[in-house]
Amino acid sequence: MDKPWNNKAWFLVLPVLVLVAFSAVIPLMTVVNYSVQDTFGNNVFFWAGTEWFEEVLHSDRFWAAMGRNLVFSFIILAIEVPLGIFIALNMPRSGWGVPVCLVLMALPLLIPWNVVGTIWQVFGRSDIGLMGYYVNAIGIDYNYVRDSLDAWVTVIVMDVWHWTSLVVLLCYAGLVSIPDAFYQAAKIDGASRWSVFRYIQLPKMQRVLLIAVLLRFMDSFMIYTEPFVVTGGGPGNSTTFLSIDLVKTALGQFDLGPAAAMSIVYFLIILLLSWVFYTVMTNYDAER
Amino acid sequence: MARIEVNHIRHSYLPNPAKDSDFALKEVHHTFEDGGAYALLGPSGCGKTTLLNIISGLLYPSHGQLLFDGRDVTRLSTQERNIAQVFQFPVIYDTMTVYDNLAFPLRNRSVPEAEIDRKVRETLEMIDLADWAKRKARGLTADQKQKISLGRGLVRSDVNAILFDEPLTVIDPHMKWVLRSQLKQLHRRFGYTMVYVTHDQTEALTFADNVVVMYDGEIVQIGTPAELFERPRHTFVGYFIGSPGMNFMPVSVDGRTARLGDQGIELPGAPKEATGAMELGIRPEYVRLGRDGMAVSVSKVEDVGRHKVVHATLEGRDIAAILGEDDEVPAEPRIRFDPAGINLYADSWRVDLDRSGGA
Repeated sequence: MDKPWNNKAWFLVLPVLVLVAFSAVIPLMTVVNYSVQDTFGNNVFFWAGTEWFEEVLHSDRFWAAMGRNLVFSFIILAIEVPLGIFIALNMPRSGWGVPVCLVLMALPLLIPWNVVGTIWQVFGRSDIGLMGYYVNAIGIDYNYVRDSLDAWVTVIVMDVWHWTSLVVLLCYAGLVSIPDAFYQAAKIDGASRWSVFRYIQLPKMQRVLLIAVLLRFMDSFMIYTEPFVVTGGGPGNSTTFLSIDLVKTALGQFDLGPAAAMSIVYFLIILLLSWVFYTVMTNYDAER
Repeated sequence: MARIEVNHIRHSYLPNPAKDSDFALKEVHHTFEDGGAYALLGPSGCGKTTLLNIISGLLYPSHGQLLFDGRDVTRLSTQERNIAQVFQFPVIYDTMTVYDNLAFPLRNRSVPEAEIDRKVRETLEMIDLADWAKRKARGLTADQKQKISLGRGLVRSDVNAILFDEPLTVIDPHMKWVLRSQLKQLHRRFGYTMVYVTHDQTEALTFADNVVVMYDGEIVQIGTPAELFERPRHTFVGYFIGSPGMNFMPVSVDGRTARLGDQGIELPGAPKEATGAMELGIRPEYVRLGRDGMAVSVSKVEDVGRHKVVHATLEGRDIAAILGEDDEVPAEPRIRFDPAGINLYADSWRVDLDRSGGA
């Protein structure tokens, strides 16, 4: 078949290209620009080559932040995914309970990040916070400002509170798509509750779970606002994750070069992980 | 295997059923004999799946009792009733292999592994999937998946009954025929009590010794395929079974004569009672088209291969007749009713004719 060859079609993509250029490509290029130069302000730049990259990759501080970030992502995934599945399994499938549960589940997702941070910042305070005060009142010494373990617990509980709903909603969507006949057949086959979960529900949720893990991993790997509002990265550096570290470097110390190099490394890591997830997911789809 | 007694069972999906129309199953009272092959035939929404789910225990009836070999099982779970059921759409465990799918119901019942292996291999042969045993069930075609579903129903030898809920809907016509005859063979060999739900009359008539016709939540007739064909108890059965269905025409009855407009039709006998709205029913197979009898005008002739279906108008009413493949419609067509095929209905239910004096 003859296809009409018409270069004018490019004009139709132009608006998108311009938009993407201004929103993503140009800012990214600015960062690249900073990452290979040194500046003392006044728009005076010196060529620095790969110096900043070498500095970042050899910096203990960077790897420590990266390590904390990975541990954080791992912990919240380990809690949110099983908890999300558990809640989704126990949510009602019909009746008035469905909208009630769905709205309750969606609420935390609708709250702006920094508000979530503020809520928990106040909630956890040991002097006036509802939680912080009563936890201390029952004899547990809890103070997220002073104790790094307490800070970690607070940040993790906050993330679980904020984001488990996402896993729940995704799993629930997977669960309600299972036809009744599957459960009936399982009854006929004499399957136990565990077998029903293992051989019917889990396989049907597999795909949405993969998406949930991807989203939660990416998000927690880039987390900034909530821990920043609650702990500001402290006490010490104990809750300083990559993005907080980045902002400290760029705006706190005004080390634009190292910060830019760090941004690019950070960006590449996320790009790589996204690619890995994408490949796994498409392979999984192809297998089906 | 067991004899299944359905004892005055009524079922409603509503919490507080008040009137008759609230019931999906109005009142069913019937015994499925041990080792019988039954078909539940009826249009969509007539309650046949409801009845099946009540027998298997997926549903508890609102009223009535269910007995297996005289034992009350009304409130027992599916598991305790030991029933196998195959559903309309394939249900497979797609992370398991074909072999594991079939072994699943046996493993859940802690059958020894050697016994499982023997039964599974036997079933795999039966459903012709022996070469696929090690494959994951996920990538199979719809009819292969449905064969697995069938296999899971057949793999347990000690079941009280095997229930089929329109199991061949997704299977193509040729395979349908093969599987149906396999099921029939199995029935002969092992003597399972089988109940087969379908809305396809061919399927029902070829599968079952006894066909239970349901309509609007009730059983309207139970009989052999021949009985359903020759003596439909209810106009619905006449209309639903046969292709095309039975011809019905409102008549007034006077002794041994039925009057349809200006025509008088000789009945094979006088009806024992003739009250209510009377209708005469005759299958197209018994309507003789020729040069004598009542004058009709032919509106359409369909050639369906083996024979022709003639659509005609008699006294303003449509009537279908079957004509041999090589027969021609005469120039001035007239029809005659073969007395052997005449049935009379009062308020939709068949009335007996006193045939002592006639055919």
